[in-house]
Amino acid sequence: MKILRHELRQGRSACLIWTAIIGFLMIVCIFLFPEMKGEMEEVGDIFASMGSFTAAFGMDRLNIGTLIGFYGIECGNVLGLGGAFFAALTGVSMLAKEERDGTVEFLMTHPVSRVRVVTQKLIATAVQILFLNLMILGFSFLAMALVGEPIPWKEILLLHLAYFLLQLELAGLCFGISAFLRRGGAGVGLGLAVMAYFLNLIANLTDKAGFLRYVTPFAYCEAAQILTEGKLDFRLVIVGMAFMGIGIAAAYIRYCRKDLMA
Amino acid sequence: MRETVDQKGKGSLVQGTYLEEAVSYAIRLKGLTKYYGRMRGIEGVDLTVGRGEFFGFIGPNGAGKSTTIRLLLGLVKPTGGEARIFGMNVGKDREKILSTVGYLSAEAAFYPGMRVKDVLELSAGLRGKSDRLKSDRLEIAKSCREAAGELCERLRLDTSRKVEELSFGNRKKVAIVCALQHDPKLLILDEPTSGLDPLMQKEFFEILRERNQAGTTIFLSSHILSEVQHNCSRAAIIQEGRIIACDRVDALYRMGIKRVGIRGRVDLSGLSGVQDLQKMGAETLNFLYAGEMKPLLAALANGEVHDLTMTEPDLEEVFLHDFQEGNT
Repeated sequence: MKILRHELRQGRSACLIWTAIIGFLMIVCIFLFPEMKGEMEEVGDIFASMGSFTAAFGMDRLNIGTLIGFYGIECGNVLGLGGAFFAALTGVSMLAKEERDGTVEFLMTHPVSRVRVVTQKLIATAVQILFLNLMILGFSFLAMALVGEPIPWKEILLLHLAYFLLQLELAGLCFGISAFLRRGGAGVGLGLAVMAYFLNLIANLTDKAGFLRYVTPFAYCEAAQILTEGKLDFRLVIVGMAFMGIGIAAAYIRYCRKDLMA
Repeated sequence: MRETVDQKGKGSLVQGTYLEEAVSYAIRLKGLTKYYGRMRGIEGVDLTVGRGEFFGFIGPNGAGKSTTIRLLLGLVKPTGGEARIFGMNVGKDREKILSTVGYLSAEAAFYPGMRVKDVLELSAGLRGKSDRLKSDRLEIAKSCREAAGELCERLRLDTSRKVEELSFGNRKKVAIVCALQHDPKLLILDEPTSGLDPLMQKEFFEILRERNQAGTTIFLSSHILSEVQHNCSRAAIIQEGRIIACDRVDALYRMGIKRVGIRGRVDLSGLSGVQDLQKMGAETLNFLYAGEMKPLLAALANGEVHDLTMTEPDLEEVFLHDFQEGNT
C-alpha cells in the first residue's frame, strides 16, 4: 500500500482544491435558492418555454422553483462538470506523470510489479474521487440544513450517486488513455470531459442523436430523469461501467507491456 | 527460462530456489537487441560481468549505454536476445532481481513536495514487499534507515530539505543514498558523478570501493573515462549499439598504442599508425602510435631527436583511437 499512500499524498493538494472549489460553488447555489425561490416561479415558466434549449438542460421536466429542481439543474451542472474535470485530470495524469516528470526510473527500479503500480494508482484515483464526492455531499446537506429547506434525501443521494459513477467512468477511461501517454495529457482529459457533456446536450436536443446517450456518462446523470422516475437508468449505467472496465483493462495491458522512458 | 534446482539433485538448495549462489556472473547479456521502432538502441550485445567485479561501461552519447541499463532494469523490453542477472531472467524475475539491485540514474528526478527523508523512506518502503511479514518489513526499514543515516553523514546531505530546493549535485546524493541504503548485491550506476563536486566524487568512489571490497558487483556506465580508468578492473566499450571492446582495463591499455612526444625534427610521412598528430612549434611533435615499433625507431634514428617521451596513453585516448578505427 506504499504506492497508494504515496499517490494520495501527492494528489492531496489538487483534491482539496477541487473539493473546496466545487463545494464552495454548490454552497453558494444552495444559499441563493431561498432568495430566488419567489422569482423562480415566474422565471421557471420562461425556462420551460425555450424549446430545444429547455429540453437540452432537462428544464422541461423539472420545476426550478423547488429545491430539488433547482439543485438538479444548477448544482448538477457544477458538480457534473467540476467533478468530470477533476476525475478526467486525475485519471489521465496518474500513469503518464511518472514518465513526464522523469520519476518512472525511481519508481520502477524498485522491486514493485507493474500490476501492483497500476492497481494502487487505480485505487488512489478512486479514493480521491470518493473523498471529493463525500465531502461535497456533506457540504450540500449542511447548506440545505442551514437555509432551512427540507432535505429530499433520496433524490439528492441518487443524483450524487449518478455523478460519482460518471466520475468513475471518466476516470477509468482517462486512466486507460494515461497508459498510452508519455507527456501531459491534461488536454486529452479535459477534452474528453467537455465532449461527453456536449454529447449529452446534443442527445437531448434531438431524438436522432438519441444513441449518444449510450456514449456519454452525462446521460445517466440527467436530473430530470432521475428525479421524475426516482431511479437511475441502469442500462446506461451498465454501458458506462463497461466503458470504465475497458479503460482499466487497457491500462493494465498497455502499462505492463510498454517501454518506460524517463 | 527460469533456472531452478531440483531438491533431489542438489541437496543444499531447496526446490524453486534460483541458481543465484551457483552462477559466477552477476550480469550476462546474450545477443541483446533493442530497437525503438526503426531506431537502433543496441544490437547483438554479448557481455558478462563477474560477481564482485567493478566493471566499466564506456561509450559516447547515443552509443546505447542507457538502453542497455534500461534493459537490465526491465524498464524496456528487448527486441531480441536475453539479459540475466545472478542467473535470473530480467523479463521474468524482474522484481526478485530488483530487490538485490541498487540503481543510480543520471537524472536523479524525484517527486515534488517531498523532503529528502520522505524520499529515502519511500524508497526503503518500496523495498519491503507487501507479501513479507510485517516484522520483516520493519527490519528492512530499520536497516535502510541506519544505512541511510550513515551515508547522509558521509555525503553531507541535509535530509530535512525539500527535493525541489536541492541543487542537481545534492539531488544526486539523494539518489546515491536510495541506491545504496538497502545494501544491494549489484549496483548499476549511470553517469554517477555528474553534478558532484570533486570532494564528493572522491567520497562517493571511496564508498563504492568499500562496497566492492565487501562483495558488491558494480556496473559503472560513464563517459568520463578517468572514472573507469581509476576504479574499474574490466571495461567494455560500446559504440553505435555494439560492443567493440571488452577486456581488463590494463589490457585495454596494452593494445599496442603509445603516446609519443618528440622534440626535434623527424620525418613521419612513411609511417603508418600515426594518429592525432599535433605539431607545437617547429620542433615539437606529439602523436598516438599504433604501428610496428621497428619503422618508428628507424624514423627516429634518421631524424634529429633532442628529446623523446613514450608513454601509455590514458583510456580516453585508447577509446578515441578505437572510436576512430570504428569509423574508418
